Amino acid sequence: MFKQFLHGAEGMDQYLIFSMIVFMVFFAGVVAYLFLMKKEDAEELSQIPLNESTTLNDNTHENV
Amino acid sequence: MTQIEQFNYDNKIVRNFGIATVIWGVVGMLVGLWAAIQLYEPAANLGNQFTTFGRIRPLHTNAVIFAFVGNAIFMGVYYSLQRLLKARMFSDMLSKIHFWGWQLIIVAAAITLPLGMTSSHEYAELEWPIDIAITLIWVVFGWNMFGTILRRREKHLYVAIWFYIATFVTVAVLHIVNSFQLPISLFKSYYWYAGVQDALVQWWYGHNAVAFFLTTPFLGLMYYYLPKAANRPVYSYKLSILHFWTLIFIYIWAGPHHLLYTSLPDWAQSLGTVFSIMLIAPSWGGMINGLLTVRGAWDKVREDPILKFFVVGITAYGMATLEGPLLSLRNVNALAHYTDWIVGHVHVGALGWNGLLTFAILYWLAPKIYNTSLFSKKLANTHFWLATLGIIFYAVPMYWSGWEQGQMWKEFGVDGRLVYPEFIKTTINILPLHIMRSIGGTIYLIGVFLMVYNLWKTMKSGKLVANESAEAPALVKENPKGEYWHRVIERKPTMLLILSLIVILIGGMVEMMPTFLVKSNVPTIAAVQPYTPLELEGRDLYIREGCVNCHSQMIRPFRSETERYGDYSKAGEFVYDHPFLWGSKRTGPDLAREGGSKLKKSDGWHYSHLVDPTSMTDQSIMPPYPWLAEQDLNTSMTASKINAMRTLGVPYKEGFENQAVDALNKQAEEIAARLKDEGIRDNDGLEISSKKEIIAIIAYLQRLGTDISKTETATN
Ligand code: HEC
Repeated sequence: MFKQFLHGAEGMDQYLIFSMIVFMVFFAGVVAYLFLMKKEDAEELSQIPLNESTTLNDNTHENV
Repeated sequence: MTQIEQFNYDNKIVRNFGIATVIWGVVGMLVGLWAAIQLYEPAANLGNQFTTFGRIRPLHTNAVIFAFVGNAIFMGVYYSLQRLLKARMFSDMLSKIHFWGWQLIIVAAAITLPLGMTSSHEYAELEWPIDIAITLIWVVFGWNMFGTILRRREKHLYVAIWFYIATFVTVAVLHIVNSFQLPISLFKSYYWYAGVQDALVQWWYGHNAVAFFLTTPFLGLMYYYLPKAANRPVYSYKLSILHFWTLIFIYIWAGPHHLLYTSLPDWAQSLGTVFSIMLIAPSWGGMINGLLTVRGAWDKVREDPILKFFVVGITAYGMATLEGPLLSLRNVNALAHYTDWIVGHVHVGALGWNGLLTFAILYWLAPKIYNTSLFSKKLANTHFWLATLGIIFYAVPMYWSGWEQGQMWKEFGVDGRLVYPEFIKTTINILPLHIMRSIGGTIYLIGVFLMVYNLWKTMKSGKLVANESAEAPALVKENPKGEYWHRVIERKPTMLLILSLIVILIGGMVEMMPTFLVKSNVPTIAAVQPYTPLELEGRDLYIREGCVNCHSQMIRPFRSETERYGDYSKAGEFVYDHPFLWGSKRTGPDLAREGGSKLKKSDGWHYSHLVDPTSMTDQSIMPPYPWLAEQDLNTSMTASKINAMRTLGVPYKEGFENQAVDALNKQAEEIAARLKDEGIRDNDGLEISSKKEIIAIIAYLQRLGTDISKTETATN
C-alpha cells in the first residue's frame, strides 16, 4: 500500500506466519489438555457455582 | 475427619459496589445523552467550556466504562469470588480501600475532564497522578483477590476465576504500558511515544480495554451468574476452558484493526485483521456456551426477566463480536471507519452486553443479599423491554447514519468530482438519525430509572445481610502419599497468573517490537520540523478542548480522501507528535492538512469560525469556542514544555527554551496583525490581542499539513 513501507515490510510475511504457528502450537496444547481431562472432572467442576455453602435460608430466587 | 468451618461472606462490600454501579450508570448515561444532543443542538453545551462536547465525551466514556462497568465488575467479582472459593474476602480493609479509592478516582475524573485536563488517548484520558492512583487501587484489588484465593476452602478454581485473574494481569499491563508519560506539571504530561508508535500503543490498549475490561470480566460473571440464575451448570465446562485460553490469546493481537489504512506499517495492519477474524471462533464459542446453558429452560426464560436480560445480553455479545471482525476487513473498514457505524457497534456491546448483564446481576443479587424477593417482577420485565427497544432505537439509526455518511464521503459524480465536497452537507443529512439515537438512549435510560426504583423498593423490603454465615470443610491434605493440597493450591493460581501473563505478552510483543526496533518502519521526512512554541501551545489547547473527539488527522490513501483533504498521511509526518492526534471519528472533517494549500483559510476565517462556526459554515454543528478569544494564553509552562519535548527526542536546539516565549510572542503578534488587516474585531469592537488563546490554536491549525507540501517524501 505505502511505497515507503515496502522496504520495511520485506520479510514481514514471516511475521504473520510465525504468529500463526505460535497460535497453532498454543491451540494444540489447549486441545490436548482438554482431551486428557476426564469428563467426570469437568462435570464436577461445572457444579462448583451451584454448591451453596451458605446457611442462610435460600428461597429468594424462586420468588423473583 | 474433615473439620467443618464456620465463616461469613461480606455482602456489604457487594452492596456498596452495587449502589455505586447504579449511581454512576445513571450519571454516565445522562452525560452520554447530553453529548448526543449536542451533536444536533450545539447550544445544549450551555455555552460553557466545561460542558462542551469535546470535554464531556471523554467524561461519558470514562464514566460508563470505568465507573458503571467497573463497579459492576467489582460487585460481581466480590460476590462470586467469595462463594466460588468458600471464603470471605481476604481483608475487609483492602475491600474498603478498593471501594473508596475507586470512587475517588471516578470523582477525580469527573472534575479533571471537564476542566480540560486530558492526555487525549481515548479511554485513557486521565492525567498521570490519577493514572498512578488507578495503578495503586488495581494492586489493592489484585492483592485482595489473590489473598482470598490462597485462603480458599474449595480446591479447584472455577473457570470464572480464571477470567478474573486474566483481567487483573492484563489490565495492569495495558494500563502501565499506555501510561508512559513525561509530566510537565501536576496536570499536564506528554506521552513518551510519538506518532505511529503512540498510535499503536494506544490502540493496542484501547482495543484490549474492550477485551479485558468489558469482555473477560463479564464472561467470568456470565459463567457464574448464568448457571445460578438458570439453576443448572454451564453447558460445557471444557468449552469454557477452550474459550478462555483462545480468547485471551487472540484478543491481544487484534488492536491494529483500529488503524487500518493509516500510516501504521502494513504488516501490523494485516496481523490485526487476521487475528480479528480468528476472534469470531472463541467469542462465538462463549456465546453458544452461554445460550446453551439455558437450553431446555426456555419456559423459564419466558417467565424470568433475569434470564431474559442474560439471553439478550449474551446475544448482543455474539452480534458485537461478529461485527467487530467484519469491521476489521479492509473493505468494510474503509467505509465504516470514522463514521457512526462504529458508534453503533460499541453501543451494541456496551448497552447490550455490559448493560443487560449488569442489570441481570443486579436484579439477581439485590434480593439475595437483602434476604427478600424482588419488589416487582413486572417492572423488571418492563425494564427489559425498554432496554431492548432502546438498543434498537440507538443502534439502527447509527448503522444507517454510518452507512450514509460513509457513502456520501466517497461519492463521485460523472464529472469525476466529489458530489459532496462540502463536509457539512454530509453532516446535516444524518442529523435526523442523531435525534432518533438520542431517543433510543432516552428509552434505555427510562428503563434504568425503573430499575433504580425497583431495586430501591427491594432493598427497603428486606434487610442487608451484611455478614452472611456459611460453612464448609477446611481444605486438608487429600493425597495420602504426602502431597499436601495446599501446595497445589498455592501453585495453581500463581501458575494461571503467569500463564495468562505469558500468553498476553507474546501477542503484545510480536505486535510492537518491530515498530520500536526497525527504524525503517517510520521513514523520516526531512521537511518535517518541530512545532514552534506557539503551535505547540495551540496543539495543547486542541487537546484540552477535545477537538480530537470530532476531527481526525489521518488522511487515508483513497481518492475520495485525497480529493477532499489532500495528500494521504505519511508516518514520518508524525514523528514529533506527543501524543498522536489521529482521532477515531469524523463528526467534522479531517484536519491533517488544514493549513495546506487545498484547505487553506485565512487567520480571520479561523477566528470567526472558532468563535461562531455558523458564521462561516451555515448550519454547522461544531460548538462555538468564544472563550478561546477571551482567555489569555498561559505561557508559564512553555519553556518546560520545550524542555520536555527535547527529552522525548524532539530536536529543539539547546537553550531554545529560553527564547521560546519571545518566539511565541513574535509569532502571535504576526497573527494578530493579520487579523487586524482582515478587519477582525472582538465582541467589543476592539482589535484582537495577540495574548489570547485563540491565536495559538489558529497558529496550530495553519501549521497542519504544511510540512509535506514543502518537499517530496524522503524514504529514510
Ligand atoms: C462536536 C464536534 C466538533 C468539535 C468538538 C469540534 N469540531 Fe470543528 N468541525 C465540526 C464540524 C461538524 C465541522 C464542519 C462544519 C464547519 O465547517 O463548521 C467542523 C469544521 C472545522 C474546521 C473547518 C475545516 C474545513 O476545512 O472546513 C476547523 C478548522 C475546525 N472544525 C476546527 C476545530 C477545532 C480547533 C476544534 C477544537 C477547539 C474543533 N473543531 C472542535 C465539528 C466539531
